[in-house]
Amino acid sequence: MLETTKNIGKDFVLSVEGLTVSFDGFKAVNDLSFYVEENEIRVIIGPNGAGKTTVLDLICGRTAATEGSIKFKGKELTKMKEHQIVHTGVGRKFQNPSIYEDLTVFENLELSFPRGHSVFGALFFKRDKEVIEKISEIAAMIFLGDKLGMSADLLSHGQKQWLEIGMLLIQDPELLMLDEPVAGMSVSERKQTADLLHRITKDRSVLVIEHDMQFVAEIADRVTVLHQGKVLSEGSMERVQSDPKVIEVYLGH
Amino acid sequence: MNNITEFIARNRYSHMIILALLLAVVLPLSMDIFRLNLVGKYLTYAFVALGLVLCWGYGGILSLGQGVFFGLGGYCMAMFLKLEASSPENTQIQSTPGIPDFMDWNQITELPWFWEPFHSFGFTLVAVLVVPALFAFIIAVAMFKRRVGGVYFAIITQAIAAILTILIIGQQGYTGGVNGITDLRTLNGWDIRTDSAKYVLYYVNVVLLFACIFIAGFVVKSKLGRLLVAMREREDRVRFSGYDVSNFKIFVFCLAAMISAIGGAMFTLQVGFMSPSFVGIVPSIEMVIFCALGGRLSILGAVYGTLLVNFAKTSFSESFPELWLFAMGALFIGVVMAFPNGLAGIYQTYIEPRLISKKKGYEKEDPKKKDDNPALANPEEEKTHA
Repeated sequence: MLETTKNIGKDFVLSVEGLTVSFDGFKAVNDLSFYVEENEIRVIIGPNGAGKTTVLDLICGRTAATEGSIKFKGKELTKMKEHQIVHTGVGRKFQNPSIYEDLTVFENLELSFPRGHSVFGALFFKRDKEVIEKISEIAAMIFLGDKLGMSADLLSHGQKQWLEIGMLLIQDPELLMLDEPVAGMSVSERKQTADLLHRITKDRSVLVIEHDMQFVAEIADRVTVLHQGKVLSEGSMERVQSDPKVIEVYLGH
Repeated sequence: MNNITEFIARNRYSHMIILALLLAVVLPLSMDIFRLNLVGKYLTYAFVALGLVLCWGYGGILSLGQGVFFGLGGYCMAMFLKLEASSPENTQIQSTPGIPDFMDWNQITELPWFWEPFHSFGFTLVAVLVVPALFAFIIAVAMFKRRVGGVYFAIITQAIAAILTILIIGQQGYTGGVNGITDLRTLNGWDIRTDSAKYVLYYVNVVLLFACIFIAGFVVKSKLGRLLVAMREREDRVRFSGYDVSNFKIFVFCLAAMISAIGGAMFTLQVGFMSPSFVGIVPSIEMVIFCALGGRLSILGAVYGTLLVNFAKTSFSESFPELWLFAMGALFIGVVMAFPNGLAGIYQTYIEPRLISKKKGYEKEDPKKKDDNPALANPEEEKTHA
């Protein structure tokens, strides 16, 4: 909290201030404030029920905030609809791979291509060279270059996670939010994902929720620890790890 | 022979050509006009089933009130025809000549304002499309902007079908009540009751049906079609890919309503009357059954499904009238449980592969892996997108 006060006035990509959401009186997120800088990789950790996923839901508009403000590049997000938030440059990956299993890998990526988002735009959308090239490029990046024609439900769990990351990349968001990107992945898939994240996080800010501490240490610029909907601690991984409050509620377990 | 079967299975237009030949050549040549007129009537339901393929099969929006739009289209056409049949000369014996007979029986002495514009054929043609689309738009905006979906939407559409039926029956003086609008004779002076008119109307119907099939095909093959599938599966993901999901639902629901309305108007022309029994819950659900049986993901399947169920209905209900509803219910449950993609699904899984493998027995194609590299976008598809 101390750190946040001294930061006021600086240019942030994302500033969350006094954010509160209550579900029937239970405050899942309680007067939460934090700031994400440009090109920063921020990891949110915390025990189950700390409100991590709720924070992402609030930022991307899936849940409406009870109080507080979320500003992205100076624009207030709490009043916007989900698709408008996407168009301001926020991309969200869900915890369970959320892809279209009845469509092919190519079609999954194509639907995320940032063009033809209106009804008639979609009706008269042309699969032109630009689209195909972009999709091939992204597919190669997410290790699915040779699986474009495959139906997405045939992919492995890890590949589905990558596909969803790819669907975000093709939107080219300035803020990328990832909810447990390596959950359920094998060791080698995890390494590949860390490698992928390092490559894609250039020139954009990233907000990641993750439980895997080794993975967190590998990618995080800074870490925010949530506990009961509030910030318990914030700072570099070493600092957070040595914070006695954090050790008590989380890492010590 | 191998070549023919192979052609049928491989060419994307061959199925359409077969249906066109069946409807435009085989049936007219093999049936008398009474039976053909019956087929024409069934085909008007196929419009509704086609609309359901789009909004239910692809979009996942189950509407149990499509009869409403079929009925609105049909009533618009019936109002025009009725006004033409109620010229002052034809209605001299009424206490108020020049208005439809049922109005006269209900002591109405002046043509209601909303009947007035239906003197014009041009207005009527526009109204057939616009009135149902507008009504669908109002329902869709009210529901989808509030994110009402699934079962709730189905129940509401059903309630609307019930309400509209009650309204039509209750407002006898304005709508013809439970009998509907009957005794329709001429269209701009052309007698629609003659055999030759029935032939012409049958062909008009077939042509319009194919126009709708092409429109539906275009929608399904466009990115919008893939979006509908995506929305059906993961609405949230589509939203977080930057789409306003409700707009797409509104669009497809209105399109389905318009297509159904064309069917309704053609029904009135071919059958010669329109009544509330084609608006309510029972016909609306029957149309869902036609669509489900034919295959809710298959545009042509919906047409075959409609024809087959109706043929079965006619022949079966002639001999066992009280058993027919049970038989249709059982058929519906059976098909949905065993073959969720209906007849088209059976054809695609069991028959089509055989047509292909006759020549190349060893090549067993996995239907999921079809279209192996869309990146090398097939040029044919590009043309349809243009």
